[in-house]
Amino acid sequence: MSYDLFAGANEKPADRVYTPMDSGDWDAIAREQAQRADETLVINMGPQHPATHGVLRLILECDGETVTSIRPGIGFLHTGIEKNMEFRNWAQGSAFVTRMDYVAPLFNEAVYCMAVERLLGIEDKIPERANIIRVLMMELNRISNHLVAIGTTGNELGATTVMMSGFREREMILDFFEAVSGLRMNHAYIRPGGVAVDLPENGLTQLRDLIAWLEKYMPEMSLLVQENPIFKGRTVGVGVQDLTACMALGVTGPILRSAGYAFDLRKAQPYCGYETYDFDVCTWDTADCYGRYRVRLAELWESLKIVKQCADRLEATTGQPVRYEDAKISSPADLTVGPDGQGNSNEHIKHIMGESMEALIHHFKTVTEGFTVPAGQAYVAIESPKGELGCHVVSDGGTRPFRVHVRDPGFNHLQSVPLMCEGGMISDVIMAVASIDPVMGGVDR
Amino acid sequence: MTEQSTTDVAVTGSAPAAPKRQGMWTDGVPDVSGYGGLLRAVEQPLGEPLPSGDWQEAIGGRLVALVPDAIARVVWDRGELTWFVPREKLVEAMANLRDDAHLRFELCASISGVHYPTDAGAEFHVVYHLYSYTHNRRVRVEVTCSDADPHVPSVVATYPAADWHERETWDMFGVIFDGHPHLTRILMPDDWVGHPQRKEYPLGGIPVEYKGAVVPPPDQRRDYR
Amino acid sequence: MGIEDALPEEGILTTTIEGIAGWMRRASIMPATFGLACCAIEMMAFGCARYDADRWGQVAFRASPRQADLLIISGRVSQKMAPVMRRVYDQMPNPKWVMAMGVCASSGGMFNNYAIVQGGDHIVPVDVYVPGCPPRPDMFIDGMFKLREIVLKDPMGAHKAKVLEDLEELRLGATPTIELKGLMR
Repeated sequence: MSYDLFAGANEKPADRVYTPMDSGDWDAIAREQAQRADETLVINMGPQHPATHGVLRLILECDGETVTSIRPGIGFLHTGIEKNMEFRNWAQGSAFVTRMDYVAPLFNEAVYCMAVERLLGIEDKIPERANIIRVLMMELNRISNHLVAIGTTGNELGATTVMMSGFREREMILDFFEAVSGLRMNHAYIRPGGVAVDLPENGLTQLRDLIAWLEKYMPEMSLLVQENPIFKGRTVGVGVQDLTACMALGVTGPILRSAGYAFDLRKAQPYCGYETYDFDVCTWDTADCYGRYRVRLAELWESLKIVKQCADRLEATTGQPVRYEDAKISSPADLTVGPDGQGNSNEHIKHIMGESMEALIHHFKTVTEGFTVPAGQAYVAIESPKGELGCHVVSDGGTRPFRVHVRDPGFNHLQSVPLMCEGGMISDVIMAVASIDPVMGGVDR
Repeated sequence: MTEQSTTDVAVTGSAPAAPKRQGMWTDGVPDVSGYGGLLRAVEQPLGEPLPSGDWQEAIGGRLVALVPDAIARVVWDRGELTWFVPREKLVEAMANLRDDAHLRFELCASISGVHYPTDAGAEFHVVYHLYSYTHNRRVRVEVTCSDADPHVPSVVATYPAADWHERETWDMFGVIFDGHPHLTRILMPDDWVGHPQRKEYPLGGIPVEYKGAVVPPPDQRRDYR
Repeated sequence: MGIEDALPEEGILTTTIEGIAGWMRRASIMPATFGLACCAIEMMAFGCARYDADRWGQVAFRASPRQADLLIISGRVSQKMAPVMRRVYDQMPNPKWVMAMGVCASSGGMFNNYAIVQGGDHIVPVDVYVPGCPPRPDMFIDGMFKLREIVLKDPMGAHKAKVLEDLEELRLGATPTIELKGLMR
């Protein structure tokens, strides 16, 4: 071991050389290593990494392949969104908050708007059709989020086909989002008071086609991995976080449900009319990465169930308002592409310019100044695809928020990375982080 | 006013001083609107009286029975219960909130700070949102500290999830959590100076140049309040 | 020291070799995985089945900057991330190109505040700016096509040094935006 046969004539021989002749058994090597009491190797899985779900920095101390300590470093995507919102309207806050968790943007918008509506006192006066559309968009977003989560999990394992399959389904959902809100991502569609615009004319037909498509093609992704022995080998027993650990670390969402506790805010503290929908809470009992994958997969189907119920209800409520009708609060125009390419519809312009002075003034004030929200604070929490997403809003009676704080589930869950990964192997770190499904925009805000 | 039972929470202390808003535009901007003389006092709501005989009174009474003088002020507003807890009682109150069977607030969902510069002596409010899985209810615990002495005891021993939330509140507001194992910057770079979400910290944008014109950053524009 | 450094500054040999090399390079651009924020999701969609990046040989996203030649700044660059981005850019070998995807990478976007660098070009030199928040994969593909034109015409060797010198002179003498008056169209 001490003779360095690789050293050149001018080189200093190395302290330790492993040659095939004296390799011996792994046990002997490991024992020797332990006797030597080596320093551990510090590895930086830096913010730029193909498999850390965005700009997450993990500083690992490894003893060989075993991780002895892991420290997550966040803040590489801190955007100051919360402070920026203090200088913008209440309605413009929707566009800011939507960019926090950018894989499930409609949930951020929904929780912010619900908190603002609680402050306005119109929480239970939101029209039924607005709530149905909110539920529909949120559940479709839950499906697309889980598709991304499962897809990127597969991609990080090296199974790129899973990602291709998941993103293909997601594209169909994004087509529908584009038809309804105008954008594929970061929609700013849910506004305080309701939603921005109603579904387009052929929206319901497109929705039914989408449901049929998803029913036909969503099973493909699970067929690729579910019984795959390599997938199971990489996920079963990895990243275990049992119920005690979840309770101690404030973990909610699919991770808590994979530990066996059937807790879902849509059932426990329903909002937007969720108590009237028929769906189940999906759980698994192994509290590991495989369990979380199964929970997300089951939730895909439950969400599709809810989407179908929404489609029927939308048909029944055609023509009803999608926004709380109060000229002092609602964003005024029914947004359509006008003759100048901008958003005000002809009917609306005719109304405010020709028919009603009050409507003109309300339009002017709502667009320039924005509406005011009475002073107070509110905290609303909803069940986002990652866990409990909460929004704490403080108003000082003005047209701009005094303070907005969004409690992102990823921020909480990343604290449990050391618990799941220390003592395991480096490759298990990847799986554990993937099963948490953190989105760094929400974590860092 | 409803009848107060013996286990009712003693409401002591007064509402924070109400800031006054002058005019319609942001500060420092020439006001030609005619609304310059408009003076509005903005008060955080005192809320409604607690529903009599309901859980809000019961849990408040229970906490005060376990930790005397734990609740300085109660606000029941828009369906949300807020307790103002003095910082000396915070650690004990949190431990009891988590462990007592009637209270059992297992989840500390979120901890954040709010900066009220006009609330003299209590500029920083640290807000704890607790949720009970067992009883399915939420409560907000609010602790105040002043700019001159921004110390609040840490609750990491009771709620380990508070670790990063307290670091974030330190990073953004400068509130020092005594007893926190490693109170360091988490969102800003490690050597950043200043606490960005304080009200006196500027938004920090740059003016945007166009051909022959400049648009100032959002916090320096002539804007409605 | 490769063949490129031996090429003369001007001449038909240089142009031919530049043309061939550019034509081959643009068919095999290897982006570095530098997904920062929302635009990264659209970048992933660009690599997936519908907006197939493999049509143009761009599906091979390289994790290691040493093996990459295109840095796509997809997302907002925060103050904490800026030194990391510069380091990744420095680790990429020449020839390399940078595409600022989205408004946040081009100019700071909607986040004009303390935490975001107002444009990736404060940190690294950018070749193509693609607006959008986030840009649709179609818009991104259009940006890629413009980048492919740049790659096709990329000079080499002494010719490149001269081109860069001339460009620097031009930019040093250019009028700043705010001085450009009477050009509101």
